[in-house]
Amino acid sequence: MLFTSYSFMIFVAVTFCLYYVCPKKWQWAILLGASYFFYFMAGRTYLIYILVTTVSTYLAARQMDARKERAEQAYALQKDSLDKEGRKALKAKQKKGITRVFLACLILNIGILAVVKYTNFMIANINGIAKAFGGDGTLSFVDLVLPMGISFYTFQSVAYLIDVYHGKYPAQKHLGKFALFVAFFPQLVQGPISRYNELSESLFALHSFDKQNIAYGLERILWGYFKKMVIADRMLVAVKVLIAEPETYYGSFAFVGMLFYALELYADFTGGIDITIGVAQLFGVKVAENFRRPYFSKNIKEYWKRWHISMGTWFTDYIFYPVSVSKPFRKLNKFAREHFGDHVGKRLPVYLSSFVVWLLTGIWHGASWNFIAWGLGNYVVIMISEELEPLYHRFHKRFHVAGTLPWKLFQVIRTVLIMSCLRMFDCYRDVPLTFQMFGSMFARPNLSALTGEAFLGLGLGVTDYIILAAGALVLFAVSMIQRAGSVRTKIASCSFPVRMVIWWGLFFIVLLFGAYSIGYNESQFIYNQF
Amino acid sequence: MRDELLEILQDLHEDIDFETADNLIDGKILDSFDIVTLVGELCDTFDIEITADEMVPENFQNLEAILALITRKSEED
Repeated sequence: MLFTSYSFMIFVAVTFCLYYVCPKKWQWAILLGASYFFYFMAGRTYLIYILVTTVSTYLAARQMDARKERAEQAYALQKDSLDKEGRKALKAKQKKGITRVFLACLILNIGILAVVKYTNFMIANINGIAKAFGGDGTLSFVDLVLPMGISFYTFQSVAYLIDVYHGKYPAQKHLGKFALFVAFFPQLVQGPISRYNELSESLFALHSFDKQNIAYGLERILWGYFKKMVIADRMLVAVKVLIAEPETYYGSFAFVGMLFYALELYADFTGGIDITIGVAQLFGVKVAENFRRPYFSKNIKEYWKRWHISMGTWFTDYIFYPVSVSKPFRKLNKFAREHFGDHVGKRLPVYLSSFVVWLLTGIWHGASWNFIAWGLGNYVVIMISEELEPLYHRFHKRFHVAGTLPWKLFQVIRTVLIMSCLRMFDCYRDVPLTFQMFGSMFARPNLSALTGEAFLGLGLGVTDYIILAAGALVLFAVSMIQRAGSVRTKIASCSFPVRMVIWWGLFFIVLLFGAYSIGYNESQFIYNQF
Repeated sequence: MRDELLEILQDLHEDIDFETADNLIDGKILDSFDIVTLVGELCDTFDIEITADEMVPENFQNLEAILALITRKSEED
């Protein structure tokens, strides 16, 4: 049941009616039932996986809280009879038990994700290595189910588990409500990876029918459909052709493909998240924003704070910080500062932790080398820009361009181009081919091939290109308006006839210009596969 | 505790008067590399555990804020 299918729209409408017609105390149960139905329709066996994650995380968190409570009582009784060292030893002993529960649950859930997602990738690599050393390399692949959205709900559950372990908030006592947090259907497919303390309040609250909220939700859904169906799915047609025939579409066409893919991915992913946030809003649930106009970023570091925000903060909070201040890294920091000086000493643990983060970010996106190369490509670019910082300072001291419009434009274009280049790994899904195509942009630009006729050979007509150009302009204009505040608030402040024109206008644009006719098969969202 | 902390901070930037500096993060005196090093030193020296949630600018803006963080964590641990 894809977000863009009629069945999804009917499903949301039915859930919506039940949600507001039934007594409010059942609202969480209706959302949970709807979420499991949605997941069941995606794949019958998927439910088993999500239930294992839900129940194991719920029980582990409850067990950790119970142990903490018992530990606190025991500590209060014994602390007066113990000296400082004794108290410390007691606390350490108590923590050991809690850590054991935590680790068991963590290993189980990460283990499930690793097995279903990466087993065949490992087998392929083992076969490759065996063949390289003269072996047979005939290990057979395993037929495993990869449940939809497993990376998203596993990361969301793991974040909850870690937070409860650190005592950030108490464990949820209600199994049903916790199950809803894990499986809430609008965000099950492609995130965002919500934090329990941010989502739970509005998810479990009792909601009355709020016209304003529902109107905002519908607007957001419509905006998402516009991005996905009018822009992303149309652009996809040309991108597919460009990727499928690299021997024909190299050089300047590789560059065009790179930019087309940048637009497609942006419209696809942000459109999907718009639908997620909008659908959640219909039920009064506030899902965190996952994008903040990423293509307006001044550099890659900033870009990653504005693109897929929930994933970036997840890796920062649960991988980068814990790894960079872990005992081995602290030792490394000291060792490097003593032996190589402060400059290297301070950087080494941070760069190594970043390496781990980007390697995992790549692997998280998919079990293949192109995603690993993409992750490490991001790492290299960020490290280089970090090391070039003194050079930038000298440049800006000499030339007073910082803050000027041409410089800002240069920074934005640079960010878009660098990110688009890196995404070629994602596009071609083949590391050597990606390098070849990247090289061809400079070695064999073949500019003369960029004719109108060639563009029409990509599966799109003149009208499609006009729609795409207009769509991209609308995206740009809305982003510009957003800089001064919420677009929806601005629309809400307009008179009723103007609002009607905007809503119905957008509705008919989606209806008329959605990419239904060009080989339309309700194309999946790109991030569904992660 | 105060003297030990001052020594750690002075090791990071000997040219800064940490007794009076009030904007270590906003003033970009401590960068992300310094913070990771500082947190590592605090964990080792004061035998505390600082989580990602606590690695926020408010906890490192000046000497008093860092001292408050250490005190809080020592009491918790």
